[in-house]
Amino acid sequence: MSILWIFILIPVFTISAIIITPDHKSARVVSACGMFLQLLMSVILLFMYLSERNSGNTAEILFYTDHVWFPTLNIHFTTGVDGIAVAMIMLTSTVVFAGIFASWEMEDLAREFYISLIVLASGVFGFFISLDLFTMFLFYEVAVIPMYLLIGIWGSGPKEYSAMKLTMMLMGGSALLLVGILGIYFNSGGGSGQHTFNILEIGKTHIPAAAQRYFFPFTFVGFGVLGALFPLHTWSPDGHASAPTAVSMLHAGVLMKLGGYGCFRVAMYLMPQAANEMAWIFIILTTVSVVYGAFGAVWQKDLKYINAYSSVSHCGLVIFALLMMNKTSMDGAIIQMISHGLMTALFFALIGMIYGRTHTRQIDEMGGLMKVIPFISVAYVIAGLASLGLPGLSGFVAEMTIFVGAFQHPDLFHRVAILVVTTSIVITAVYILRVVGILLLGPVKNEHFQHLGDAKWYEKLSAGSLIVAIAGIGIAPLWLSDVIAGSLGPFVTRLTQVVAGF
Amino acid sequence: MTFADLILMRQELMLTILALLVLILDIGILHKRKNIIPIAIIVFGTITLAGFLPASTGTLFGGMYRTNPMLVSMKSILNLGMFIVLLQSVRWLRTDDQTKRSSEFLILIFSTLIGMDFMISSGDFLMFYIGLELATIPATALAAFNKSNNNSAEAGIKFIFSSALSSGILLFGISIIYGTTGSLYFSEIAALFGNSSLQMLGFVFFVSGMGFKITLVPFHLWTADVYEGSPVNITAYLSVISKGAAVFIFVILLYKVFGVIEKTWENVLYILATVTMTVANLFAIRQQNLKRFLAFSSIAQAGFIMLGIMGADQAGMTSVVYFMLVYVFTNLAAFGVVSAIYLESGKETIASYNGLYRTNPRLSLAMMLALFSLAGIPPVAGFFGKFFLFASAASKGYYVLVLIAVLNATISLYYYLRVVKAMFIDKNDSPIPYFKSDTPTRIGLIICVSGVFLLGFMGFVYEYFFKWTVEF
Repeated sequence: MSILWIFILIPVFTISAIIITPDHKSARVVSACGMFLQLLMSVILLFMYLSERNSGNTAEILFYTDHVWFPTLNIHFTTGVDGIAVAMIMLTSTVVFAGIFASWEMEDLAREFYISLIVLASGVFGFFISLDLFTMFLFYEVAVIPMYLLIGIWGSGPKEYSAMKLTMMLMGGSALLLVGILGIYFNSGGGSGQHTFNILEIGKTHIPAAAQRYFFPFTFVGFGVLGALFPLHTWSPDGHASAPTAVSMLHAGVLMKLGGYGCFRVAMYLMPQAANEMAWIFIILTTVSVVYGAFGAVWQKDLKYINAYSSVSHCGLVIFALLMMNKTSMDGAIIQMISHGLMTALFFALIGMIYGRTHTRQIDEMGGLMKVIPFISVAYVIAGLASLGLPGLSGFVAEMTIFVGAFQHPDLFHRVAILVVTTSIVITAVYILRVVGILLLGPVKNEHFQHLGDAKWYEKLSAGSLIVAIAGIGIAPLWLSDVIAGSLGPFVTRLTQVVAGF
Repeated sequence: MTFADLILMRQELMLTILALLVLILDIGILHKRKNIIPIAIIVFGTITLAGFLPASTGTLFGGMYRTNPMLVSMKSILNLGMFIVLLQSVRWLRTDDQTKRSSEFLILIFSTLIGMDFMISSGDFLMFYIGLELATIPATALAAFNKSNNNSAEAGIKFIFSSALSSGILLFGISIIYGTTGSLYFSEIAALFGNSSLQMLGFVFFVSGMGFKITLVPFHLWTADVYEGSPVNITAYLSVISKGAAVFIFVILLYKVFGVIEKTWENVLYILATVTMTVANLFAIRQQNLKRFLAFSSIAQAGFIMLGIMGADQAGMTSVVYFMLVYVFTNLAAFGVVSAIYLESGKETIASYNGLYRTNPRLSLAMMLALFSLAGIPPVAGFFGKFFLFASAASKGYYVLVLIAVLNATISLYYYLRVVKAMFIDKNDSPIPYFKSDTPTRIGLIICVSGVFLLGFMGFVYEYFFKWTVEF
């Protein structure tokens, strides 16, 4: 029994508790308690991790447990975390906690809503703690499928279309992934005949180069779909726009990170040679993602669409940074995942609050909200500033690290790509400031909006917890950077060694 | 024949005794005829449990009948499915039209099971063919069991024609194989089988005949009409038990008798699997009637099973048997819900399920789990079953086929989600009102749902099958 199992057990117990609650009020209290406990556990995990490291434990993976599940196929339930996983778990528990409070007023089938939400969350937690490709894939799908119900039942707009589109595209992605995983499995073991799903075991050997070239695209694109890799990002704007608030938060904030995380932990780490050979294709695609997503956001008038396209852009930047394959840029990629997760969750939470009051998400129908709902508006500005990379907030730390790392590549191709990508900073500023100007400043356009009430306590709690995290990373980035950078060593070594071996 | 010999074929003997017992009770020993149903179910449940006792290996009748723990496990899987089907049928058998005919139903359905058991245990083609016919002919009578219903009669006549044709083709194939090898015994044929073109022709006829039974495209055309016309419990029986038995014997024969031409039949199955999955999925998307819908879904599942068979080793065999166990629970859970709702309200279209969750949450949840399991979504058992099937094909390097299969699984998710959408999302002014289903149906559904939920986490089930595949 390891501390990591608790991250699966708490959701399971919370779900069981919700089933026996009589009404929506007690259901939300139960889920809030459960997810608070989860948040607490992730903080404890962080401190346990740090104290282990401080006491000189330099193992690649801490809290390693291994249980055999299907012996003949060598399928195990293997758990363990490094600094990156710990950071992702922190992110997830923060966003889920904020998400529960953002959907505090859910009444229609509330118990089912919280259960689906927590099932989704447990899939994400399971994904981050597992080190076995089979369990990882299992949790990946557990995280994806509740989205259909969450969007389909509680969504808005063309919800059935969006839900189906999202599910089909993500499941199509996981189809590619399954082929990739089976390919890795049957090429593992270094010729000994004993195949394994264990990432650490596979990482010790080398998959034959031919197999790498064959299966790397499957695995990378499979995860890339969830990471909104251009041109497979189209599920993201529709899905996010139709989803209820908490689901948008969790999905853009956490679930899309599964894509980037899988890309580098599975695809790039296990198949470094193919990753190096094919990086140029995906660098081009992510460059398009970053710029296209930013331009897409400029065109949109619906708040959720703006934010969804902005997520495409930011998640593209994550994969772009990973493909730069040096320690600084990969460090930046992970920080960007966390930073984007927090601020996009904050954005979606605030959009939900605004929509709940004004019943519209079209920016040109609103105006001067700063005067009527100051708390929400200020929080929105903070999220916006974090998104466009203002120093002192998390976005700056992430983007700065990424670009510094990326500039270490001296060749023309990388330079051009980086120059194109950096333009996104400007475009981001355009769409953020444009929204802030139209939405929050100026006179109040609609007189019905004069009497809107500001955020309630649970809304403040939801937004506040996210703002604290964003500012925390911005002010003291070294904390996070230390936790992450220490664990990046094996990845960078493996990726660069192969380059040297050409 | 010693007592030990009798023990070897205990499942068949007990079933025969049960069938005779039902007949005797029907003549008039019982005061009330309707008590036959619970007695039969309880006795059958005992037989099912007895199947899990340790089994031994042996042959009888000069090698015509053979048994080993693997074959006994296969029969136990079928028994388990049959037990659930019987539980789900109780309510239907108690309706006014059927009360007097319940023993008729029981005798027919038990004799098909006896036929399947003999078929699985066969050691030569004669016993195989007798078992197959014993399994098929009563099944056609069952399909036409609703005498007053035109559709049911139509289903019966279509079924008997197509199975007669397929049996004929199969028999032709067997006779060619007999002609070229001079033997009917599996073990002898395996040694004599080569690559001569006449033997290939025999093999092609054999695969075509089996294709009818397993409902592989292009031999599937009878399926949708028969499944739609038959009484819903019979449809459940046809799609799970009948198909399961055919799959089992198909695997055994391919591995045991045609092992020499492994490359050839892998190519054949490659094409059949691709066509079956794709065509069935495309047809399933358009269905409105749930029975037709599940018919096409079960055709698609047959295509997935072919991937497992292509592994052609212990792991391949295990993946097929494991998947069939999962499939029994999964498909019977879906049919259990369909049957409960049909018997209560007479509705069986997808549109009539709109808003079902608001009135009948438990049935909807059971249905959703079953559909997710059919689509292969974790953590329910279908995911594990499908994963092992795909892994089995991948172990031979058929990655392209695996890709086709997973993409098909994604398409299948689309139409399974259509039903989920109807139950959970679509609004309905007059949904099917709340009702309490009868106790046997509920017991059946509880067994199915717990199977669907827990099977994946119980790695030892897979290991158990794997251990015995050494000597099937």
